[in-house]
Amino acid sequence: MNVLKTNSITMQFGGVIAVNELAIDVNEHEIVALIGPNGAGKTTAFNMITGVYKPTSGTVQYTDVHGKQIDITGKKPSDIAKLGIARTFQNIRLFKELSVYENVMIAKHLHLKSNFLSATLHLPGYNKEQAAAEASVEKLLRSVNLWDLRNEKASALPYGQQRHLEIVRALATEPRLLLLDEPAAGMNPKETEELTAFIRKIRDQYNLTIFLIEHHMDLVMEISDRIYVLDFGMTIAQGDPQSIQNNQRVITAYLGEDEDA
Amino acid sequence: MTMKKRNLLLSIIAVIVLFGVANFVQLEMDAYIRRIVNLCMIYAIIGLSMNITNGFVGQFALGQAGFMAVGAYVVGIFTVPVAMRPGVFYATPMNPAIINIYMPLGVALIVGGLLAALIAFVIGTPVLRLRGDYLAIATLGFSEIIRIVITNASSITNGALGIKNIPPLNDVRIIFLATLITFILITLLINSSYGRAFKAIREDEIAAEAMGIDLFYHKNLAFMISAFFAGIGGGLYGALLGTVDPKNFLFTLTYNFLLIIVLGGMGSITGSMLGAVIVTAGLEYLRVFDEPLELFGMAIPLFRPGFRMVMFSVLLMFCVLFWRKGIMGTEEFTWDKFVNFCKHPLAYFTKKGAHAE
Amino acid sequence: MEFFQAFANMTAASFAQHMANGISLGSLYAMIAIGYTMVYGILLMINFAHGDIVMMACYFAFFGITVFHIPWFMTFIGTIVATALLGVVIERAAYRPLRDAPKNSVLISAIGASFLLENLANYLFSGRPMRFPDIPLLSQNIAVGGGVQIQAICFVIPVITIISLVILLHIVNHTKTGMAMRAVSKDYEIARVMGINIDNVISITFAIGSAMAAIGAIMWGIRYPGITPMLGVMPGLKCFVAAVVGGIGNIKGAVLGGFILGLGEILIVAFFPQLSGYRDAFAFIVLILILYYKPTGLLGETTTEKV
Repeated sequence: MNVLKTNSITMQFGGVIAVNELAIDVNEHEIVALIGPNGAGKTTAFNMITGVYKPTSGTVQYTDVHGKQIDITGKKPSDIAKLGIARTFQNIRLFKELSVYENVMIAKHLHLKSNFLSATLHLPGYNKEQAAAEASVEKLLRSVNLWDLRNEKASALPYGQQRHLEIVRALATEPRLLLLDEPAAGMNPKETEELTAFIRKIRDQYNLTIFLIEHHMDLVMEISDRIYVLDFGMTIAQGDPQSIQNNQRVITAYLGEDEDA
Repeated sequence: MTMKKRNLLLSIIAVIVLFGVANFVQLEMDAYIRRIVNLCMIYAIIGLSMNITNGFVGQFALGQAGFMAVGAYVVGIFTVPVAMRPGVFYATPMNPAIINIYMPLGVALIVGGLLAALIAFVIGTPVLRLRGDYLAIATLGFSEIIRIVITNASSITNGALGIKNIPPLNDVRIIFLATLITFILITLLINSSYGRAFKAIREDEIAAEAMGIDLFYHKNLAFMISAFFAGIGGGLYGALLGTVDPKNFLFTLTYNFLLIIVLGGMGSITGSMLGAVIVTAGLEYLRVFDEPLELFGMAIPLFRPGFRMVMFSVLLMFCVLFWRKGIMGTEEFTWDKFVNFCKHPLAYFTKKGAHAE
Repeated sequence: MEFFQAFANMTAASFAQHMANGISLGSLYAMIAIGYTMVYGILLMINFAHGDIVMMACYFAFFGITVFHIPWFMTFIGTIVATALLGVVIERAAYRPLRDAPKNSVLISAIGASFLLENLANYLFSGRPMRFPDIPLLSQNIAVGGGVQIQAICFVIPVITIISLVILLHIVNHTKTGMAMRAVSKDYEIARVMGINIDNVISITFAIGSAMAAIGAIMWGIRYPGITPMLGVMPGLKCFVAAVVGGIGNIKGAVLGGFILGLGEILIVAFFPQLSGYRDAFAFIVLILILYYKPTGLLGETTTEKV
């Protein structure tokens, strides 16, 4: 089943076309990667899908867990999150001054059914919801060994653990589609390996569909079912890892023309 | 006993002790001291209300004076005994639609709070999408518009003449209870999921939105709750003074509460309580600097009327330039910390040293 | 109903009177709004203390002429210099230390500075209204025919405003300093990297904005002679609104906004006399409308924020 479909979405900032008629399909349980040189428009594409930018033209279609097709073009990011799309950010956007625990608990808020009065008065309905949320958060934090550090400020964590925390926070929103923006940025090969295994694990454990931007080619080739390659806002190739690795245009885009050729 | 039980017990004991203090003040101290204590508590309520938006959501709103005025005037208009109203509204007769409506103080307070919250909702819709400085000016503007409307709507508010003969409320114990209830409610709100959502917005709006927090709804909610408590504080203020006058609610009044939350720590509830006590009592104590001071038989020309407020402004500048965190920063006083301090007082200071940035 | 009465009663004469008042007030607002827009263009902050700088300028002029008996021409020059200095001092003391702090801190500092100036004036000069020195040459009434009397200053104000504006635009668009100012307002970091002395540029900006405000303050004082410590509060708020209406950061916009607000305020009261108590609310209502329908202002440009 198709989960996400972008229909020729274009993003234009003044005279600059950052993304040009992007057409992407992501199907259920797939891990799809979006790669390309810096400035190719990858994060812009993410931002269009998650509602941070409204596409200049084109539409984004999402199929929710009940099979209902929804046009999410230009919807508010919070509405899109409620529909089941979660994301992480290229430059890590944790709630820096808040604790690890609070960071993840906040991600449970969107599913809260109690209104602010029952929350303030700690009525039984609210307490029940909170208990369930707390249990879920504990499980998530334990899965990345952050439970013992739950009262630390998020900014106090080492870089690698901050990335894990951001992913776990996104998972706490109980998404169907998870968008990861350069999750392995700044990681060494061993950490990248662990992350690769982790991504596979959460995909299986939480029934996720994953769409990721990444520069670490080993991670991308290892984990992706399909890959899209973006350069200057345009798709220059798509296919499975094998065909992308051997694609001349892709190699040129990353490494430049060979002057002697 | 468990930590939670111990903390609850300590809190209950503290409340009883504080109530005892309030009782003592009410029965034994003179009117001047009672008035200052009452003002401290009312300012604490309003300071807390301002902290909800400015400290916890991180939205720089300067409308407290206006919302206070709403609450104060609801109390003023509806609690003056009907028989006395024509005497108060001697220049412009009171509007016949409301002249016979009487509310006891408790009801008037709640109605005032709700009306302030409603006005906040109407204002909030266009204004809360604005960035920091624009929001400040816009809320300041609305605060002034409220005051201007009050000054002009003579048949409802008695205009610039103000309203007198409001049945006074100056029982320290009652105001203590009102402050306590406000404190408890706001603490419960901030510790709930909604409070966390507020803090998320303060920390990183874009990330908060990405996690499903509807910015507009939550900012508006915080704004309305803030206005509600400011309205109640304003109503108590009107009852304390016994009169209300539009000139009491110039937007410069909001600066008092700004100092309270900056001094106490924006984002700390207990900080605001502390800040309110320090600022209110301090303002009173500083009155001594408004009188000429004699040292060694010489009159020092420095101290004359107005000096107090200069010192007050310097204090605000000092805080914002050198002590932005304020007393509590974003931390709260908790029993755990207090007990740890009592057990190992020295460790507290060395730990602080160890954690120094 | 009353509108039609007012409209019918309005003769050409009284209309001319109202227009003269409106243009004068608009010019004064324009002079003050320039300071707000220049500072916001460079530092992206509202100088809450700007309105109070106007108030201090009035007191400077008052002291120069009435207390120290310095000839009015020299006092006015001195006032402009002193006010420009005051603006620079405020920037150094209250804003520069917080340049790297979160945005809200600078806002609080600006509010604090404004509050301090008001209290300082109240303390130093007492709250009793003082009378701005009378300059008969400028405050005399001139008969313009048809029974209309217009104060001489009403002719001077728009002229001085336009001259000041022309000089200012020349500085901004045709001098090196002006180019530096425009560079800093476009991109702070790059300008710094390019070797522009940011501190100097900012100081000059504050100096010029404050000088403009001083000129406006002097003309204000002649027109409305009652000086109190709170004199700058309302005009300050309204002039910031004027700057926003015209497009914050845009000098011509500030002037346009000033005229819109000044003329609007006078004409609304002229045509709807029953609303005269609400005249101060006019500026804020305009603010809300502009922020709702065209937040970048009439002459401003739209920019998208990159995430």
